[in-house]
Amino acid sequence: MESARSLLPERLPEEILGYASPTRAKLEFRGRISRSLIEEISRVKKEPDWMRRLRLRALELFEKLPTPNWVIGVDEIDLDELSHYVKPEVDAPAESWDELPREIREYYEKLGIPELEAKLLAGLSVQFESETVYHKVKEFLEKRGVIMLPMEEAVRRYPDLVKQYFARVFPPSDHKFAALHVALWSGGAFVYVPKGVRIYEPVEAFFLIGRSLEAQFEHTLVVADEGSYIHFIEGCSAPMFKGYSFHDGMVEIYAHRNSVVKFTTIQNWSRNVINFNNKRGIAEEGARIDWIEGSIGSKITYTYPSTVLRGRGSSSSSIVVQLAKGPYIKDSGSKMIHLAPDTRSRIVNKSISVDGGVNIYRGLVRIAKGARRARAHVECQSLILDDRSVAYTYPHNQVDEPTAQVTHEATTGRIGEDQLFYLQQRGLTEQEATSLLVMGFLEDVMGDLPFEYAAVLRRVIEIEFARLGGVG
Amino acid sequence: MPELLEVRSLHVDVEGKRVLRGVDLTLRQGEIHAVMGPNGSGKSTLAYTIAGRPGYEVVEGDILLEGESIVDLEPEERALKGVFLGFQEPPPLPGVRLSSLVVAAVNKRMGVESLSRAADPKVFGRLVAALQRVGLTAEYAQRELHVGFSGGEKKRVEVAQALVLDPKVVILDEPDSGLDIDGVRVVASIIRDLRESGKGVLLITHYARLLQYVKPDRVTVLVDGRVAARGGPELAEEIERKGYGAVAGQAPAGTA
Ligand SMILES: Nc1ncnc2c1ncn2[C@@H]1O[C@H](COP(=O)(O)OP(=O)(O)OP(=O)(O)O)[C@@H](O)[C@H]1O
Ligand SMILES: [Mg+2]
Repeated sequence: MESARSLLPERLPEEILGYASPTRAKLEFRGRISRSLIEEISRVKKEPDWMRRLRLRALELFEKLPTPNWVIGVDEIDLDELSHYVKPEVDAPAESWDELPREIREYYEKLGIPELEAKLLAGLSVQFESETVYHKVKEFLEKRGVIMLPMEEAVRRYPDLVKQYFARVFPPSDHKFAALHVALWSGGAFVYVPKGVRIYEPVEAFFLIGRSLEAQFEHTLVVADEGSYIHFIEGCSAPMFKGYSFHDGMVEIYAHRNSVVKFTTIQNWSRNVINFNNKRGIAEEGARIDWIEGSIGSKITYTYPSTVLRGRGSSSSSIVVQLAKGPYIKDSGSKMIHLAPDTRSRIVNKSISVDGGVNIYRGLVRIAKGARRARAHVECQSLILDDRSVAYTYPHNQVDEPTAQVTHEATTGRIGEDQLFYLQQRGLTEQEATSLLVMGFLEDVMGDLPFEYAAVLRRVIEIEFARLGGVG
Repeated sequence: MPELLEVRSLHVDVEGKRVLRGVDLTLRQGEIHAVMGPNGSGKSTLAYTIAGRPGYEVVEGDILLEGESIVDLEPEERALKGVFLGFQEPPPLPGVRLSSLVVAAVNKRMGVESLSRAADPKVFGRLVAALQRVGLTAEYAQRELHVGFSGGEKKRVEVAQALVLDPKVVILDEPDSGLDIDGVRVVASIIRDLRESGKGVLLITHYARLLQYVKPDRVTVLVDGRVAARGGPELAEEIERKGYGAVAGQAPAGTA
């Protein structure tokens, strides 16, 4: 408990970060998305030819694919006015925090990232705008054969390995924003865990957007070889600025036989960020992929962690906690595609809507013919705190296998006047009582987060609700 | 010296309906004041109004805590000044552990901003001791509060909180209903201890059963939102024998 106190910021990330401080860019490509723009990015990154061609193919798809008609809020985005690549004034990823320019370093210091790294993490990759600016892996990881690299470096050093998976777990043909991502990707981390290697200390990638009218497209790829274990944490944040920025990241996970990958996201973009997050994993025989997402910040978020259960006996869970407080939208939904017998999946979606917030759950459970005895369970719980806020759930099941079992539970709750009064009678203000009840609503999933991160989430919720009904 | 708690000529509307029609009552330190009355006579309404429950509109009268009016204070302000209410029917609080609530409540009393980090490391020990005192195991500290609790467990947990939070005025709204005989004895002995330690206990009950184990210093009988009778322990016995009908209407005017 003691350590968490010194470790953790006492305020919301966007408040800690305050307003964006100007940082210089070494390179910046802005404007219309064209073939020449993409070739320029590829050239700057000194990429192999296969990657350049992959980007260009994705560009063609982007131009062809329609804008998904369910996406609300994208009309605000004018891709032609965005900077699609911003290289900060850091030549190569630093291995020590002192090497970073002060304005950049300060952001991460304010968020307590270096302390978390020292205390908890086996490896850390930190991105600012479009490039990795800090990357450090503890020695024992390397000794055990784990590869953790900035994505670009992995592409150059391990092309054969990367090529097998990159944009194959999540093909760019899937939808327009996946295609856009693959065409413009920059930054992100690559992790490979060798056979039988089990790493219990998490590794983390942290992404920061530091300016307005920027598009960030980091690409994360985690490959867990047979029987291995890894826990990857991704965090993101942004200071406040005028206007908006756009995030269109991608996470691909490949879990080989009997491996386990745990993937945790703590999303805390500032209210200026429109956030697309494309996440998909493939689980081979006996493998397991567990997604956990705390979706706190951003203006609009679209995120649908998905697992393709390809191997017999593979399993997956996805726990998403989404908070929509204020005139913001969280559109999310987990997807589980069962392709093999004896596969299991569990989806838990918890949403909290308040102050006019909108939460949408759009999930999918698909059980293919032949996925005998597959079992899937979906649980959607919405907590709606006032009459101005809403939650919609659109669960979708597609079951083509008669021996499969799919169960679904959906509940919508409100906080009762009697509950609030009870807590007030014990000395809490109405806001504090609300935050305690909201925490109670999340209690059963908190245990799935590492202690330090659960504490961050608790604190964020405490602060968010302490201000209910206040200004802004 | 002002009285610990003084209710003066209290008229209260709930949902536009007049429920209390002039209640006067005094509670001193180190005293047990029993409030009795038939169902629907306004006992819980009196308790909620003292605690400041929203929707319980004081249309006339006043409530003084140590001489100062508290009718305009928020419920949590009254709580922090030392008013505790053990609920007749506490609501379930899913996901909220008893220990989390107690940590938050104790932190508030210590003026600590965080709700979740125990500012007083002794608080867990005190909670466990209180639970044991009411006949529950330490495991109840980690239970979701009032979720799936039996009627008797609810009452015990309410009383346990009164022990941990150390209030000045302890209002217990039917702490005996739903309790088995051992529970009644335990709660009675706690109430006696609370009196010993100088607290004022406003004990709401409509059976004299509990009062066999704990002699009230005073008894006030409410009927239809009004004080129908006042007296000492003998009044409770009379009610037990003859019912409310017989005692109604013998309230000596003026003496609270
Ligand atoms: N929210 C409400 N709306 C309408 N009437 C109410 C409300 N709350 C209480 N009342 C009425 O006020 C009267 C007093 O209720 P109260 O709960 O105070 O009685 P009580 O003396 O505590 O009864 P019991 O012994 O059954 O607990 C009852 O007639 C009840 O129906
Ligand atoms: Mg009652």
